[in-house]
Amino acid sequence: MMEEWRTFIFIAVAGFLATDVWRWLGVVAGNRLNEDSEALYWVRAVATALVMAVTAKLIVFPTGTLSGSPLWLRLAAAGIGFAVFLAAGRKVAVGVAVPMAILVAGLWWVGF
Amino acid sequence: MSPDSDDRHGGHGALFWLFTGMRNLLSLPALILLTSIVGFSAFALESGLTRAEAVFMSLAVWALPAQVILIGTMAGGANIAACFLAVTLSSIRMTPMVASVIPEMRTKRTPIWLLLILSHFIAITSWVFAITTLRNVPREYRAIYFAGFGVTLTLTGTLVVALFYGLAATFPPFVAGVLFFMTPVYFIASIWASAHQPVVKFAFVAGVVLGPSLTLLTPEFDVLYAGIGGGSIAYLIDRIRRKRKPAGAGAAR
Repeated sequence: MMEEWRTFIFIAVAGFLATDVWRWLGVVAGNRLNEDSEALYWVRAVATALVMAVTAKLIVFPTGTLSGSPLWLRLAAAGIGFAVFLAAGRKVAVGVAVPMAILVAGLWWVGF
Repeated sequence: MSPDSDDRHGGHGALFWLFTGMRNLLSLPALILLTSIVGFSAFALESGLTRAEAVFMSLAVWALPAQVILIGTMAGGANIAACFLAVTLSSIRMTPMVASVIPEMRTKRTPIWLLLILSHFIAITSWVFAITTLRNVPREYRAIYFAGFGVTLTLTGTLVVALFYGLAATFPPFVAGVLFFMTPVYFIASIWASAHQPVVKFAFVAGVVLGPSLTLLTPEFDVLYAGIGGGSIAYLIDRIRRKRKPAGAGAAR
């Protein structure tokens, strides 16, 4: 009986609570910030840097199947894709399609 | 249009904005996220979670990195305090993410309990959605517009876990690997495209450079240091740029 519920309790405490306390703190902090206040500039910068750090890690240190692919290929796909995205007038669809195409072609080429 | 719809904003009322938010479930970012959730359900199965546990985790946590870390620490046999610590460290990023969206989402009359509930639905995809599109919505309807997208996305994501649990493990590895790559390249393109202020672009570059570099130095706190350190550096560079601007007018970036 306890064993059945153990995982659910873990998820509720070490998952839900561990994550949502930070969300609630964000509400309390954000509720005191004015739009275009100096503090909001900093908060925005920190939030963006955090998200981009997570994102870059997904490319450099991927989990699962992709971790067996060459790093240079993932970097080339993301880098060239970003350059084409900028050149093409910052169209998000281009920024997704080009790196994906390079990755697929590269994986096929190295015989992944 | 019903007679009591609000004409000051082009005749669109709360229901209109709720549905507009919900309709974004069919947008590229939502579909990319739902695809990576398929990958999560395969991971949950491989790690020994039951279908009910995986569904509960998706709904209750709604942050993929936190979920992956929780499963990893639980599978490693860690006690509940150790699991809490590992997950909570990865979730600190929620505070600046939520705090940066709230000033744009609320009006002076928005009750705090509503914002506390809505904050549960803020994760990376819906954060990008909020910073990209909230500014196009009349302020008084922003909360309901976000709820339309955020709540629908969480419920659909959880439904995907329930449906694909067990099924995703049968995908060929090549497909799974390629799908995994979609998430980061989407974030790169959409966050850069939505960056209207130079400070966001500075922070973007700082995060991309510092994130993986710090992993090599401090794998436990890399994201946190990259965020606070990189964000603060970006803020200072932008502040110097803004202070200098009135003197050297026209010195466009």
